[in-house]
Amino acid sequence: MTRTTESRLLHVRPAGKHALLIELPDAERTGDLLAELLRRRAAGSLPPVEEIVPGARTVLLDGVGDPAELARRLADWDVPPRAEDDGAVVEIPVRYDGPDLAEVAARWGIGADEVAARHSSYTYRVAFCGFAPGFGYLTGLPAELHVPRRGTPRTRVPAGALALAGPYSAVYPRATPGGWQLIGTMPDPAPLWDLTRDRPALLTPGTRVRFVTEGGTA
Amino acid sequence: MTAKLTVVRSGALTTVQDSGRRGHAHLGVPRSGALDAPAMRLANRLLGNAPEAAVLETTLTGCAVRPDRTVTVVVGGAPCPVTVDGRPAPWGAPVRVPAGAVLDAGGVTAGVRSYLAVAGGLAAEPVLGSRSTDLLSGLGPSPLCEGDVLPLGVPARQAALPGAAPWPAPPAELVLPLRLGPRADWFTPAALRTLTSATYRVSPHSNRIGLRTEGPPLMRGTPGELPSEGMVLGAVQVPPDGRPVVFLHDHPTTGGYPVIGVVTETALAAAAQAAVGTPVRFTRE
Repeated sequence: MTRTTESRLLHVRPAGKHALLIELPDAERTGDLLAELLRRRAAGSLPPVEEIVPGARTVLLDGVGDPAELARRLADWDVPPRAEDDGAVVEIPVRYDGPDLAEVAARWGIGADEVAARHSSYTYRVAFCGFAPGFGYLTGLPAELHVPRRGTPRTRVPAGALALAGPYSAVYPRATPGGWQLIGTMPDPAPLWDLTRDRPALLTPGTRVRFVTEGGTA
Repeated sequence: MTAKLTVVRSGALTTVQDSGRRGHAHLGVPRSGALDAPAMRLANRLLGNAPEAAVLETTLTGCAVRPDRTVTVVVGGAPCPVTVDGRPAPWGAPVRVPAGAVLDAGGVTAGVRSYLAVAGGLAAEPVLGSRSTDLLSGLGPSPLCEGDVLPLGVPARQAALPGAAPWPAPPAELVLPLRLGPRADWFTPAALRTLTSATYRVSPHSNRIGLRTEGPPLMRGTPGELPSEGMVLGAVQVPPDGRPVVFLHDHPTTGGYPVIGVVTETALAAAAQAAVGTPVRFTRE
């Protein structure tokens, strides 16, 4: 793919006086751009930006001094694909014991006792955060394993619930209402959001995640 | 030893606010902070505080506090009766409250949110660099309850702002200048015309997360779901019912409804003081 084609994949949308919303064709290129933005910020070659907020197929740059100027510069960017092994790996211990395990197994066409091995066989990546502090939307599940949300949301999903919806896996850092399919439990979810740490969030955008069952990676 | 305030009457919703948390939106942490930031800053300057020292933000019904030592306070923002042990005291100007006396900021006579600043500022424990209560994600001090005790900082030596303070009046009509985008193209041309020509009204379902409106629905030209994307302060999000919601300081950092435009940040202080039923007009900036 040529550089010119690559740059046209960035669609910059205005978002008020101080922000830009950069739209990309898919989650993968969004991750590539996020990695490039973080790399440039660390290298000091990105103009000052207060917030870099990835979404499913966008990256929001907020608190930008001169959005029009940055938008012009972005048009010339060559955004390389992010290396597979880019980013720290976090291991999350889980038990696959959620109330929707059987339903997910049925949709996957396997036995309920096989969900653990299948789900924990992939390496995930935090695409973006939101919903609640410490809640990361993890991508990495192959398309044929995507499951819809539940028809009726639960009024209470317990803290530590490992859940699936569409392309995403997530662990609930605290009890909230939720409509995702619950397939497991992180026994101690406190590390997902711990204000006593310098960096309270365990799962930050770009972090890679492995789910580990008791006794190994299943 | 520093002074403390005891909450005698918490009011409908009283929170601790400063200038909020920045730089954590990618973790799902809202910016939070005083909705009427100019009122917070003016109240602080009248006391010689740093402009963004933590203050109390009340909602409609005010609050009452009792200091354990003599302190100086300013009640500003939405106008309200101010009393010290039942005796009338000035609004919008420094008031001396003797140790053990009750300072009462009463129900608003206009506007929505009064600000109670104390010399030295409130010294609640900061979380991620801010003392603000974030009602969306529950960070910072909980909303006040009767009997809560709030520590105070040490008053500064610097001179307070002299002279009469220019407190703006709450808006009789709320005019919100906006720039279209990022998702204006998801709406019909008729919806874009409606947005800037119709009169909306402030909905009773408004809160620190968003100013909700009632009025003609904005119809979408693009159907389907918007994948979650980052949201800015002042974003005018249009949920499925078509009534625009203006995102205020406790707004979620990502959202799945299209944003038709973004209101200029300086206009949001007036939005914080627009009572239920106030007419709202959106204008193209």
